[in-house]
Amino acid sequence: MSRFFGLIGREIRLSLRHGGDSFAAILFFFLAAALFPLAIGPAPEVLGRLAPGIVWVCALLAALLPLDRLFGADFDDGSLDQLLLSGLPPAAIALAKAVAHWLITGLPLLLAAAPVAVMLRMPDAAIPALLAGLLPGTAVLSLLGTAGAAIVLGARRGGVLLPLLVLPLAAPVLIFGAGAADAAAFGLSVRPHLLLLTAMLAACLPLCPLAAGAALRGAVE
Amino acid sequence: MIFGGFVAESGVSENSGLVAEGLAAIRGERLVFAGLSFTVPAGGALLLLGPNGAGKSTLLRLLAGLGRAEAGRLLLDGEDVLADRTGHARQVAYLGHQDAVKPGLTVAENLAFWGGRVAVAAALAAVALGPLAELPARMLSAGQQRRLALARLALSEAKLWLLDEPTLGLDAASVARFGDMLAAHRNVGGMVITATHLPLPLPDAAELRLG
Repeated sequence: MSRFFGLIGREIRLSLRHGGDSFAAILFFFLAAALFPLAIGPAPEVLGRLAPGIVWVCALLAALLPLDRLFGADFDDGSLDQLLLSGLPPAAIALAKAVAHWLITGLPLLLAAAPVAVMLRMPDAAIPALLAGLLPGTAVLSLLGTAGAAIVLGARRGGVLLPLLVLPLAAPVLIFGAGAADAAAFGLSVRPHLLLLTAMLAACLPLCPLAAGAALRGAVE
Repeated sequence: MIFGGFVAESGVSENSGLVAEGLAAIRGERLVFAGLSFTVPAGGALLLLGPNGAGKSTLLRLLAGLGRAEAGRLLLDGEDVLADRTGHARQVAYLGHQDAVKPGLTVAENLAFWGGRVAVAAALAAVALGPLAELPARMLSAGQQRRLALARLALSEAKLWLLDEPTLGLDAASVARFGDMLAAHRNVGGMVITATHLPLPLPDAAELRLG
């Protein structure tokens, strides 16, 4: 168990040392969201209507950015072999990586989402629902992304393959996450959307690390 | 057996050691080796010799549980290795071609995942990297990075060491220190299997010629 938390700590320390990588995802989130008012005009009623979707799409794309190196760096320098021989089951390694990815990317996205939502003139009533949806939503994205990153590991053009693999799987998260914020904006119940998002998290929590673990074993063979 | 005294003392049974029977491995589409059998007793050492591409690294990865065995059986102290690879991993320390050193972390931080503070200091002392413990690993030379990878071996409590060209890039003094590490490991019943093209400080090691 201490090895598991040791691995999470190591990942966080590594990402803080290479601060640019993790910061880039947040910066991308801000910049991509800031492009929408420029492209579709600053009219509050249009922007406010589109805001939940914009925030969610940008968060999804930003979460994808660091996935390429999630296992890639360890695979290239031989660390992955050592991790697999550390006595941790491969699924636990994958889960630790997913937790680290969420702490390094998902959590900052969650914090950055509120100012971006305000910038996009999202109705005040919708912002809590947006954040409540992003909390399980970003966790699901981290888990799906970890599984995707492990599966494309060692493949040529893995960086191109990864979004093609993960984006379709992330579509339900996007639908219900943006749906929660929309429902709140129209005064409807947010609960079903959030329950579905949490159900997705409950399903991904065991399944994605198992799939990623099997893929890691395959990648080093 | 040389370390018979130790075996009796610790109560290790007759089947202690590593037993390989009829191992075969395929890399790409090619059969690298087949029908490979050997034994390494507790405290024993085995040198893998052979030309490039003979399958030395493939065999080491297979023994570590990283590679896949197409056929054969592998027993460590009577337990089937290939059936429980995660359990086997705890008993194995593997040193591959790559040093698995993170340039962004300091020398000591690189080892922190593998052991506590005191153990890390001792392991760094064993490879004479103690004074450099707080230096970022990217400042190390290739030979020093190799020594850092060797320090990870000293940290592990694994009984089976699998080494792929361990002394590549090391100076004479480091090779001598590495010899002490190997001797200490074998003295407590540890096993060493190593692929090499260079002379190693590994007295009375058995040889296995591949290819």
